[in-house]
Amino acid sequence: MSNQTSPARTPQDLNDAITGGIGDSPLRPDGTLKVTGEFAYSSDLWAEDMLWGATLRSPHPYARIKSIDVGPALKQPGVYAALTHKDVPGENIYGLKIADTPALAEGYVRYQGEPVALIAADHPETARRAMEKIVVDYEVLEPITDPERAAHDDTLPKLHPEGNVVRYQPVICGDPEAKADVVVSDVYTLGMQDQAFLGPESGLAIPAEDGGVDLFLATQHLHSDHRQTARALGLPAEKVRFTMSGVGGAFGGREDLSMQIHACMLALHTGKPVKIVYDRFESFFGHVHRHPAKMYYEHGATKDGKLVYVKAKMYFDGGAYASKTPVVVGNATSLGTGPYQVPNVKIEGWGLYTNNPPCGAMRGLGAVQPAYAVESQMDKLAKALDMDPVELRQRNAVEQGYTMHTGQVLDSPAPVAELLQRLKDMPLPPENRTEPADVRDLPGGVSNTTHGEGMVRGVGYSVIIKNVCYAEGADDYSTARVRLEAIGGEPVALVHSAAAEVGQGVDTVQQQIARTELGVERVTIHPSDTQVGDAGSSSASRQTYITGGAVKNACEAVREVLFERVAQRFGESPADLSLSGGKVVSAVTGVLADLVDVLGDDAIEETREYHHLPTYGMDPEAGQSQRVHVQHAYSAHRAVVDVDTELGLVKVVQLDCSQDVGKAVNPDAVVGQIQGGSTQGLGLAVMEEIQVKDGKIRNPSFTDYLIPTILDTPPMTVDVIEKADPNSPYGVRGVGEPPTISATPAVMNAIRNATGLSLTHAPVKPEHICGS
Amino acid sequence: MRVNFTVNGRKQEADDVWEGESLLYVLRERMGLPGSKNACEQGECGSCTVRLDGVPVCSCLVAAGQAEGREVVTVEGLADFAKQREQAAHAGGCASGACGTSGTSGTSLDAAQQWSAKGTDSQTGEGGDLSPIQQAFIEAGAVQCGFCTPGLLVAADELLEREASPSDADIREALSGNLCRCTGYEKILDAVRLAAARQAETVEAS
Repeated sequence: MSNQTSPARTPQDLNDAITGGIGDSPLRPDGTLKVTGEFAYSSDLWAEDMLWGATLRSPHPYARIKSIDVGPALKQPGVYAALTHKDVPGENIYGLKIADTPALAEGYVRYQGEPVALIAADHPETARRAMEKIVVDYEVLEPITDPERAAHDDTLPKLHPEGNVVRYQPVICGDPEAKADVVVSDVYTLGMQDQAFLGPESGLAIPAEDGGVDLFLATQHLHSDHRQTARALGLPAEKVRFTMSGVGGAFGGREDLSMQIHACMLALHTGKPVKIVYDRFESFFGHVHRHPAKMYYEHGATKDGKLVYVKAKMYFDGGAYASKTPVVVGNATSLGTGPYQVPNVKIEGWGLYTNNPPCGAMRGLGAVQPAYAVESQMDKLAKALDMDPVELRQRNAVEQGYTMHTGQVLDSPAPVAELLQRLKDMPLPPENRTEPADVRDLPGGVSNTTHGEGMVRGVGYSVIIKNVCYAEGADDYSTARVRLEAIGGEPVALVHSAAAEVGQGVDTVQQQIARTELGVERVTIHPSDTQVGDAGSSSASRQTYITGGAVKNACEAVREVLFERVAQRFGESPADLSLSGGKVVSAVTGVLADLVDVLGDDAIEETREYHHLPTYGMDPEAGQSQRVHVQHAYSAHRAVVDVDTELGLVKVVQLDCSQDVGKAVNPDAVVGQIQGGSTQGLGLAVMEEIQVKDGKIRNPSFTDYLIPTILDTPPMTVDVIEKADPNSPYGVRGVGEPPTISATPAVMNAIRNATGLSLTHAPVKPEHICGS
Repeated sequence: MRVNFTVNGRKQEADDVWEGESLLYVLRERMGLPGSKNACEQGECGSCTVRLDGVPVCSCLVAAGQAEGREVVTVEGLADFAKQREQAAHAGGCASGACGTSGTSGTSLDAAQQWSAKGTDSQTGEGGDLSPIQQAFIEAGAVQCGFCTPGLLVAADELLEREASPSDADIREALSGNLCRCTGYEKILDAVRLAAARQAETVEAS
């Protein structure tokens, strides 16, 4: 057994000499490492005597496993292990919300790509070839592929013991039978989007001398992975140690387990370090996707454009396992009116089991789908009323103090109408192009498909609401340990949390908070691991809020200890003291001492948690709740498009965003989040869809699943406003998700504005525009 | 098989290379140079972009054997590569470096032979100077998760080598083979513009 407990390239302290507190935009502490190629991503890890793991996956969406024979694989030279469900040491079942997912298939496979067996070998190609030698005898079954049918047809086989409905949730308020002057309705469908993070799933498991295992991995939530993995391994928590390695993007796709249990099983079985790295093809099967949805929406309004009612039925295809399906249903129904005042509401949401690819978390969880339907409806209603679509939205916009259809009062600023106005006031790109036009600016680009003929321009708006943090009674707290000490004659703070830096910049934010709270310049970020308390997930736009709050709390606790010490020594009142520029300052007597002198050889270390306001579940009959969500966030987009109506090609010319972020802790990073999020929303509007037929993915590659390139992405003006939330640390409001949500319907509305088509499916494809 | 080629100015030899192994695999797994990233393995994402005899290529699509006897520059060698190009340009009076003494690669044989790996302090990231494009990526906020960054840096550096002041359309076209999922590309454009502007200042100053 290897004595090594850490890989050759290890996650490391980040302590570049960078300055900047709250409200500044300091450089990333991992920036230098990332531009030199030195940053240790989980796929870059290596250990002496390391083996490569590979995963045999089901070729069928639904089948009964009659037998598995790993014998022929084990006979291959270079193969060290071939494992099946029989080798799962602990419980062969896990899941984020509902434990329904086997680590390795047992009895049945319920989706194409479900893990069935594992190989460890001395070369990745040896592992792959050995995998092909495993003999699995399947009895292929008829897959369930229609989620709407799964909701209502009791004659279908039950994919799980509780049936095929993961969650049904209605939200009812006012009089759902109310009548209105003008009524618009439609059925909207949204394709399955992939997170398409660039760094595929990967990690390195190293067996430890205590019979446990160390896993170095890329994830959004260390402690969630850790709990689920320890259970499957049948090991006590302390014998399973997880350390965050470099994460190549996440966007929700790393909330569920992928290779975690598998790599640990192989390492424990072989006694050698085992690395698993998915390739892009496998990655499409190795993580959950965004729930595709079918949404029936009907809006009623008065002649002068006041909303009277909304009725909606939404079906979310969760695929084979539940993952975050219950949360998607909760978010979608509780946010299903959009950011609008509607007195009468009946919204119903179903999350279903099918044999389609499993769906779960992706940026904008459960809000992307209804926002796209509602914002499409608002444009349709504006057309029916012959009213300006922005004016219609502003006339119905929620405000602070409004009671949502769930009964929750919006208790912090809700500048919905203002965001729209700010966008409307931004200059539009010029209509007239330079002659001759540069084809790179036109639909079809360098394919040279148009020089302007058959081309029409459109402008579209949207505004959305999204919850921040976990909801419906979850206590997704975070923990931070802060240590203040003098090193080399300089005060240094060390911040240790399990918050997942997935690229969004939470490491930078933690440093900024510590600098501001402790008045020091040097702040080192300890690698995230399970040796400190839970930080919750890097999702739900929550890390700056919650882990930011924990770092703030821990810094305050450190400061308290320090001030007690100073107060005793100098006879000052702790209440009069503050920290600035590495000095302790008294409001009464001025600078008292250098922090370094006060600290001496005694470090001060404190660990604190941050818990958000309590939330409560939605009642099962009418979806009412005192507080479903911790916080709401709002963003608005305006898209300008050129459409080649003959070929159905779309060029997004401009995509501008106005968003309230409460307080921009790092203004440059906020803009980066908004631009990146907007681009993912653009992708969902015009190109991104996992094509699923009969339960099988038809386009599992970047050749066939398209994400926006730099040529597809337009200039984006970002307008950030800061209306502090009195409940959150520094007044912050979640930033990451909203722009992804509002970009999609803005682009869709712009294409509708250009073409006059109703376009009920996102993403829009050429055949939707030219009808053939 | 055995493959011999030059990586970042240093002669390298890889033994027991499988016929199907890509240049990317050999760089990452046999030479300890994991800076080039594997994100799609079919030439769609550009994360593995390296210079092969000066030409930017997706190293995942180059069979290791094809690199025999050739010069490869990866993100790990980009700073030195840029510095040597700068020195060569200075000596030869060529602003872009594209017309340096060593053909398309921009690295002279003498310079290549003098090249040696400089340790970067893994604790601080300090010790290695950054190339202008690397510095600009950090400052402009063009790096988030960073997985696309190595390939983008190699591609953007090559663009600035042949086109000192590219238009936005030029930048977009040159970088259209490099996918980024985090940034929405705006800050990547900012970074390339910044590096180009600084390059122009340097030329003016000299």
